[in-house]
Amino acid sequence: MSVRRLADEALQPATFAFTKENQAWAEKKMAEYPPGRQQSAVIPVLFRAQQQQGWVSRAAIETVARLLDMPYIRVLEVATFYTQFLLRPVGTVAHIQVCGTTPCMLRGAEDLRHVCERRINHEAFETNADGTLSWEEVECLGACVNAPLVMIGSDTYEDLTPESFEAILEEFAAGKGSSVKPGPQIVRQFAAAEGGQTTLLEKPTATRTYKPFPPPPAPADAPAAAPAPAAAPAAAKVEEAAPTKPGRKRGDVPEEAAPALKEPRLAPKASVEKAESERSKADAEAKADGKPNKAMRDDATGAESPAGKIDAGKAPGKPRGKKGSV
Amino acid sequence: MLEDKDRIFTNLYGNGDWGLEGARARGGWVDTKKFIDNGRDWIVNEVKGSGLRGRGGAGFPTALKWTFMPKEGVNDGRPSQLLVNADESEPGTCKDREILRHDPHHLIEGCLLAGRAMGAHIAYVYIRGEFIRERQNFEAAVQQAYDARLIGKNNVHGWDFEIVVHHGAGAYICGEETALMESLEGKKGQPRLKPPFPAAMGVYGNPTTVNNVESIAVVPEILRRGGAWFAGIGRPNNTGTKLFMASGHVNRPAVFEDALGCTFEELIEKHCGGIRGGWDNLLAVIPGGASCPVVRGEDIRTAIMDFDGLREKKSSFGTGGMIVLDKSTDIIKAIWRIAAFFKHESCGQCTPCREGTGWMMRVMERMVQGRAQKREIDMLFEVTKQIEGHTICALGDAAAWPIQGLIRNFRDVIEARIDQYTWSSTSEGAVPSIAAE
Repeated sequence: MSVRRLADEALQPATFAFTKENQAWAEKKMAEYPPGRQQSAVIPVLFRAQQQQGWVSRAAIETVARLLDMPYIRVLEVATFYTQFLLRPVGTVAHIQVCGTTPCMLRGAEDLRHVCERRINHEAFETNADGTLSWEEVECLGACVNAPLVMIGSDTYEDLTPESFEAILEEFAAGKGSSVKPGPQIVRQFAAAEGGQTTLLEKPTATRTYKPFPPPPAPADAPAAAPAPAAAPAAAKVEEAAPTKPGRKRGDVPEEAAPALKEPRLAPKASVEKAESERSKADAEAKADGKPNKAMRDDATGAESPAGKIDAGKAPGKPRGKKGSV
Repeated sequence: MLEDKDRIFTNLYGNGDWGLEGARARGGWVDTKKFIDNGRDWIVNEVKGSGLRGRGGAGFPTALKWTFMPKEGVNDGRPSQLLVNADESEPGTCKDREILRHDPHHLIEGCLLAGRAMGAHIAYVYIRGEFIRERQNFEAAVQQAYDARLIGKNNVHGWDFEIVVHHGAGAYICGEETALMESLEGKKGQPRLKPPFPAAMGVYGNPTTVNNVESIAVVPEILRRGGAWFAGIGRPNNTGTKLFMASGHVNRPAVFEDALGCTFEELIEKHCGGIRGGWDNLLAVIPGGASCPVVRGEDIRTAIMDFDGLREKKSSFGTGGMIVLDKSTDIIKAIWRIAAFFKHESCGQCTPCREGTGWMMRVMERMVQGRAQKREIDMLFEVTKQIEGHTICALGDAAAWPIQGLIRNFRDVIEARIDQYTWSSTSEGAVPSIAAE
C-alpha cells in the first residue's frame, strides 16, 4: 500500500458544489441502493466529483459526506484508499495514466514512461510548463492483450509504440485530443489477434443443436405450487431426515454461522442520533469563528478536541493515592 | 480444439451489435422463461451436470456454491443476493472486459437465471473503475433489458429481478469477495474474516453469492444446449469452454475462446501465431494471471491448459491469462515488477502482507542488479513462506507465489546475476560492503 495524503492547503479550494445535473445524478444513484444504504454510492459520487473538478479536493470530500450523511473521515478513508482518486490537481487538458505492470512492461511500457518523462515532466503528477499535461504510472489497466496502453480520461489508447504515443501526446497538447480514435492504434479488431481473428469466422446465428427439453421434475415444482406455510415445515422435515453432516441436528447452527438471527436486524448498538448530534455540535462550535473546522486537517494536533482537558489527563474512575491509604 | 458452432461468446470481438437486437439474433434470451419455470433445482442440477467450475481463478464448482444459499421456504426476512465480480484487475487477465462491452446480454441473462437458482431477486454487478466505456456499454444493455421487460418488476419471465451496476476506483484487492462486499457498502476494500461466509452473511448482512462474470455469462448457453453438451468438452473435472488470454512475447496477442484440455502449444500456435522468435526462444510462462507461479518454457510446452493440468506443473490455471516471456526477458525484473504490483495493492490490514510485500520488493530490487548475497535467496524464500497463509485474504499468498516460482525455477539465473555483480565490482578493485536491509 502507499501513503496518500490530501493536497497542500494552499491548493485547496474553499468550497465545492455539484452542478445541477451531477446533483440529480448523485441522488438517482443513491436511490438505487436499499433504504438507509446510501453510503454505498460513495465511490460513484466521489468519482463524479472528480470528473467535475478534475481532482478530489477536501471541500469535495466534505460535500459528498454531507450528501451521503456520512462522517467526513469515512469519505476521506475512501478517497485515500482507492488510487483512482487524484488527490491533487493534474494537467488541465489530460492526465496520462501509463500502465506499467509486467504484461505491459514486456511489450515496452518503459519506453512510454520515458516519453512522458521527456515530453511532460520528469516527475509523475507534475504538470508540464503550461500546466496542460501530467502523467503517472498505474498498475494493470486490464487490457493486457493490447499492451502497452495508456488511459487518458475515460478512454484507453492501446497497442502503442513510443512514436505513436508521442503523436497522441502532441494532439492532446494542441488541444485536439478528441480527434484521436481510442482503442487499438494499429490495424486490429479490439482484442482479436493482429492480422485477422482466428475464431468466429462464420457469422453467428440463433440456431442451436438442442437436446430434447426434459420435463420439469415434479418434486421441485410441488412445494412452489403449494401454499407457503405448508411448504416450510415440509422442507424442514426433509432436511431433518437427511442432515448434511451426521451427528448434527438442525437448529444446532454454530453461533458464527447465523449471528443475525440472535437479535433483531439493524438493532443499533449505540445511539446514532446522539453521536451525530455531538459531532455536528462540535463542528458548529469549531466553525463559530468563521474559520473552517481544523479537526480533520493534516496538521491537527488533537488540541482541538476537549479530550484531555476534562481531568487534566487523569484516567477516569481511578482515584489517586488509594494504594498508599490501604 | 473448438468449432465455431460450439462457442458461447459469439460477439467476442465486437463484430456485431452488442445490444439487445444483436444478442437476440445470435440466440440470446431464447427459452429463458422455460428455464425459470422449471425451477430452482432444475437449473442447479443442469449446471452441476455441466461440471462448470468458477472462472475467477479458484475453480470452485459454481452450482455447489449456489446450493449454499438459504433454501426456499427458509425465510428469516433477509433477501438473497447475487454479486457479480467484474473487478478484473489481475495482470494478464482481460476477458471480462470483452464480455462487458461486446456480449453484455449473456451476463444479464445469466444474472437472471443464476438469481432464480439461488432465490435472489437482486444482482449487484461490481465493475472495476478503470472500465469506464465498458461500464457505459453494460449500463446501456441493462437499460435495454429493463425497457424490454426482460428484467425488472413484473417482467415477462415471471421472476422479479433488479440489476444494480456499481463500480470501484482502482483497488485490486476489491476482487477478493469479502473486500468486494466492503467496497460495495461504501467502505475501504479491506477483506473480512471468514466465517461468517458470504452465503450466510454477505452484502448488508444478507446471504450473498459472489461469482465471476464468465461463470455467470456461460449459464444461459449451458441451459439452452444442456449440461451434457458442456460436460462433453474437455477432460473430466475440467469441462467446458474458456476464454483464454495470451499476452507478452507471442507474435499476435489475443483473447480467444477455446476448449479446456488443449495443450499450451496448440493454443498458441493456432490463435497467436507462435512465440516471438520461435519455440526455442521461449523462456517461461506465467500461466494464469500474475499471481500464479512461473513455469519454465520446456515444461509448459506440452502442458494441458486446465485446472488439473497446471497443478501437475506446480502452478495454477487461475483465470487463463497466459503471460509469455521469451529469452530476451530479464526474468528477475519481470517478477520484481509483479512484486511491486502486490506491494502497491496490499490493503494494509494484515502485517505479514503489508510489511512483507514491501520487504520482498526491496530485496527483489537488489537481486535485479545482483547486489545481494546468495544466502539471501533462501532467506527470501523463507519470508515468502512466512507470508503465505498468514493473512486474512489470499493476497498474501498471491504475492508469495510468483517469487517462490522464480526461486524454484530460476535460481541459477539469480546466482549468475549475483556472481556477475560481484565479479564486476571486485575486478575494478572495490569490494562492496553490503548493508543488511
